[in-house]
Amino acid sequence: MSLPLFPPTDDPGPDFAGLLRRAGVPTIIPTNPDATTAIRHATTVVALRFADGVVMAGDRRATEGHAIAHRAMEKVFPADRYSAVAIAGAAGFAVEMVRLFQVQLEHYEKVEGVTLSLEGKANQLAQMVRQHLPLAMQGLAVVPLFAGYDLRREIGRIFTYDVTGGHYEEADFQATGSGGRDARTTIKLGYRDGLSRPDAVELAVNALYEAADEDSATGGPDLVRGIYPLVAVVTADGYEQVDEAEVAERFAAIIDRRRRSPA
Amino acid sequence: MSMPYYVAPEQVMKDRAEYAQKGIARGRSLVATVYADGVLIVAENPSRSLHKISEIYDRIAFAGVGKYNEYDQLRVAGVRHADTKGFAFSREDVDARSLANVYAQYLGNVFTHEMKPLEVEILVAELGADGRSNQLYHVAYEGTITDEDRFAVLGGDAQTISERVGTDWRSDRSLADALGRAVGALAGPERTLGSGDLEVAVLSRSNGRRTFRRVTDDELASLLGGDGDGSGPTAEAPSTGTAASQTTDSGATDAGAAEGP
Repeated sequence: MSLPLFPPTDDPGPDFAGLLRRAGVPTIIPTNPDATTAIRHATTVVALRFADGVVMAGDRRATEGHAIAHRAMEKVFPADRYSAVAIAGAAGFAVEMVRLFQVQLEHYEKVEGVTLSLEGKANQLAQMVRQHLPLAMQGLAVVPLFAGYDLRREIGRIFTYDVTGGHYEEADFQATGSGGRDARTTIKLGYRDGLSRPDAVELAVNALYEAADEDSATGGPDLVRGIYPLVAVVTADGYEQVDEAEVAERFAAIIDRRRRSPA
Repeated sequence: MSMPYYVAPEQVMKDRAEYAQKGIARGRSLVATVYADGVLIVAENPSRSLHKISEIYDRIAFAGVGKYNEYDQLRVAGVRHADTKGFAFSREDVDARSLANVYAQYLGNVFTHEMKPLEVEILVAELGADGRSNQLYHVAYEGTITDEDRFAVLGGDAQTISERVGTDWRSDRSLADALGRAVGALAGPERTLGSGDLEVAVLSRSNGRRTFRRVTDDELASLLGGDGDGSGPTAEAPSTGTAASQTTDSGATDAGAAEGP
């Protein structure tokens, strides 16, 4: 590889995706639309605000048509130190988009010497989703959920997207993916302002349980293999994944309650 | 038809080298040294925002002396090189050696083919992973590349400073100790340098994936002010918004949030 130097009048600046195009590295590979049924899809992800920031959680199941393709897929990722991104949609593209997004944020920070504002990060992701629109029209939509801690306003904030790259800030919580509707309803019923961290994690876990209960493409807690949904918390201290043991414990409690009074 | 004056190639090269050396010697020097927890880089730089030392990648740092616009252009190219490589392959595949080589080739090329050589000297430092040794690649204005695994000095006064750093160099010094010695070597016997005159950064093993960290303000002052022994790195990464978040979501109208089931 050569040294990527550009004349000042033709410099890509801190735009990493632009740099990749210039360097000829393929980022999104066009595919045959007929292959839609064999494409892996990722499903329910949720995000909600609490007193110190935001909680984000996602199930672990990936499907190909009606078959389960992967049981331990990760759908919640740290975007950078103070933000997280969760994905629903065509898994291959979604994971690639997250990877590009992560590098873009770090690239900007290193080239410019400062970090992007949370709004700026949300906008960046919107542009990536919009660039994906032609493939979304062929049934390969990627719909991320973005949440982070805004260091300037000192609050947690949540952004949702549609396939056209439109992004909308949510007041308190949101869920997307095939089980998103059930998850959203669960959160809506239990949500209050200024939830504590344990309560917020509990609510997110509950929402995923309900979504898995109603939606075939959302995976619940896999007690046999010991695979549990991923839960992450973003606060002023940064991104942190909730300990798997804690998540397992919460699911055990839910299951215990359900066993005694099945709905 | 007029013929251009003949100038011997030796003379051309000598003139260029002299020109570049003069430009570099005008700036202040920089010391990079291996210490107990990684690599420490100390530069004499009164500016808080025009950095001489920067992050390139997870385990790689860049430092330059000489003309700011020239080494800053090289820094950005280095970030691009590393990020592109890490994205196309894997994060583990990004190494300082290949980056130092492309820098050396570029600097050598400019030195021989362009009107004006770059008036810079740069350092590519890499924190060794899994017990491998740290590497300091020093690339000079004409593309000469040297690799060190102990310390490197860049800038006009490199010879004298090198001698000062080399006299009692050890790899197992604490951050405060290594910093004190590096600053002493930069300052020399006649001067003293305070935290306001210095830019300090480390590649530290205790920093997670991105090992680069700037040592600034209070932490730098306390490291310089301390007795220079034992204490080692104390403070956590400098976070911008340290105040714990007590702010509640004032203006939020929780539309759609019902009160309980």
